Amino acid sequence: MGQAVSSVAILQAKLWYYQRISAMVLALCVAVHLIIIYIAVQDGLTANEILGRTRGNWAFALFYEIFVLACFVHAPIGLANILRENIQNAFLNRALPLLLAALILILGTMAVIGVVWGQP
Amino acid sequence: MSQKSTRQLDFRGRAHWSYFAYYLHRISGLLLACFLPLHFFLLSRALNGEAELASYLKLTDFPIFKFGEWALVTLLALHLIGGTRLLVIEFGVWKGLRKAWIQMAVLGSLVCGGLFLILSR
Amino acid sequence: MNQSILNVKVWRGTQDGGFVEYKVPRAANQTVLDVVTYIQRKLDPTLSYRFACRVGMCGSCAMTVNGKARWTCRTHVAKIADSDTLEIAPLDNLPIIKDLATDMTEFFDKMSKAVGYFKGEQTRHDDFAKVKPDSEERQLANAGIECIGCGVCYASCEVVSARESYLGPAALNRAWTLVNDERDSQQLDRLRAVAGDAGCHSCHTQGTCSERCPKQIEPTAGIAGLKKIVGRAAVMGSKWGKL
Repeated sequence: MGQAVSSVAILQAKLWYYQRISAMVLALCVAVHLIIIYIAVQDGLTANEILGRTRGNWAFALFYEIFVLACFVHAPIGLANILRENIQNAFLNRALPLLLAALILILGTMAVIGVVWGQP
Repeated sequence: MSQKSTRQLDFRGRAHWSYFAYYLHRISGLLLACFLPLHFFLLSRALNGEAELASYLKLTDFPIFKFGEWALVTLLALHLIGGTRLLVIEFGVWKGLRKAWIQMAVLGSLVCGGLFLILSR
Repeated sequence: MNQSILNVKVWRGTQDGGFVEYKVPRAANQTVLDVVTYIQRKLDPTLSYRFACRVGMCGSCAMTVNGKARWTCRTHVAKIADSDTLEIAPLDNLPIIKDLATDMTEFFDKMSKAVGYFKGEQTRHDDFAKVKPDSEERQLANAGIECIGCGVCYASCEVVSARESYLGPAALNRAWTLVNDERDSQQLDRLRAVAGDAGCHSCHTQGTCSERCPKQIEPTAGIAGLKKIVGRAAVMGSKWGKL
C-alpha cells in the first residue's frame, strides 16, 4: 500500500464528503423548490408569468445560484460512481462527469442570470 | 488456478427493501442528472428576453412533456426523501436500515406527483 | 407431486460448469447440508463441498441456496424449498475451485488489506488496559466482533461484484471494530486503508450484507461509521492526525 494508492483514496474520500455536504444543501433547496413549483404551477407558467415572479428578484438569484452550485458538486460525483461501476472506459469515466459539471455550472448560471436580469 | 465465477449475482438475493431503495435512488438520480442541463438551457433563453423564452416554452406544450414534468416532480421527491434516509444512515445514530423511510419515499413521491397533477389542471 | 422426493440442482464444475439435477429423499428436520451430504455419499462421490462443525459455529458450509447466501447447516429445507425444488451453488463473488467449494484467499487478503488485525503498544510489563464496557466506542465495537469470516456478506454484495478492489463488508466491519478499539495503535494506517473507492466510500447502502449475515451483524452500520470518520479525516483531519 504505497503513497500513490493512498492519495487517490484520499481524493475519493474527499469527493464522498463534498457530495454528502452538497446533498445536505440540496435537501433544503429541493424542498423549497418543490413548494415554489406548486405555487408557480397555480399562478401560471407562461413566460410572462414566470418572469413576472423572477425579474429583479435578488433573493431568487441568490437562492437558485446556491442551488446550481450544489448540483454542480453533487451530480457529477454521483455520475462518476455509476460510470466506474458499469463502464470500463477510462476516458469516458473522466470526461462525462466533467462535461456534466460544466453544463450544470454554465447553463445553470445562465438560467439564473437569464430569468432575473435578462433582456425584457 | 481457479477462475472467478462468471455467474451473475442472483436477483433473489437482492429482493429486499434496502436494495430496492438503492436502485430507485440510482435511477432517479441518473434521470434527474440527464434532465438538468435541458432544464437550465430552456430557462437560460430568458437571457434574450421574454419573447424568446415564450417561444421555447411553446415547444413543451405537448402531452409527452406534461407527463415528463409529472415524472420529474415524482423522481425529485423520491430522490429527496431517499437521499435524506441515506444522510440519516451515514451521519446519524444507527437505527437499522430505516425501511420505513423507504416506504415513506415511495408514498411521498407519489403524493408530490399527485399534488403536482392536481395543481396544474 | 410426490411429497417425499426433493429435486435438487447442484452446481458442478468451475465457472464454466452448470447445474446437475439429483433426486434426494426428504426427511424430517432436514437441512440443506444434509441434502448435499446425502448426494455426495449416496449418489455422486465426486461432488466437492466444505463443512466442519455442522452446528452453525464455523461458517465453512456457506453456499448459495435458491439464490441467497446461507449457512447450509442452519437452513432447514422445509423452510425454503418451494414446490420440492432446491438450487445449490457455490458462494458468489469468489473463484470456484470445484463444485461447491470456493477459493477464499481474496476474502481473507482483503481483511489484511483493511488493516483488520489488532496491534497494540503495551507489553506484558504494562498494566491491563482499562476499557469501559459501556462506553459508546466499546459498544459499537462489540456489535461487530462476533464475525467468524464465513463470507456470506461478501458473496451477497453487489459492490464486490462491480469493483474488483472493493474490500467488502466483512473486512470493513472488522476495520470498524478496531477503529473503535482504544488499545489499537494503527488507526491512521487503518483509516488510509479503508478510504476511497476500494474502501468504505463505495458502499451504496444496499444492505444485503446486513440482511444475510447469519450472526445478525450489520456491516452497513460499521461502513456508515467508517465513511463519516474517514471522510472527515480526509478533509479536516482526525484525532489520530491528518490522512
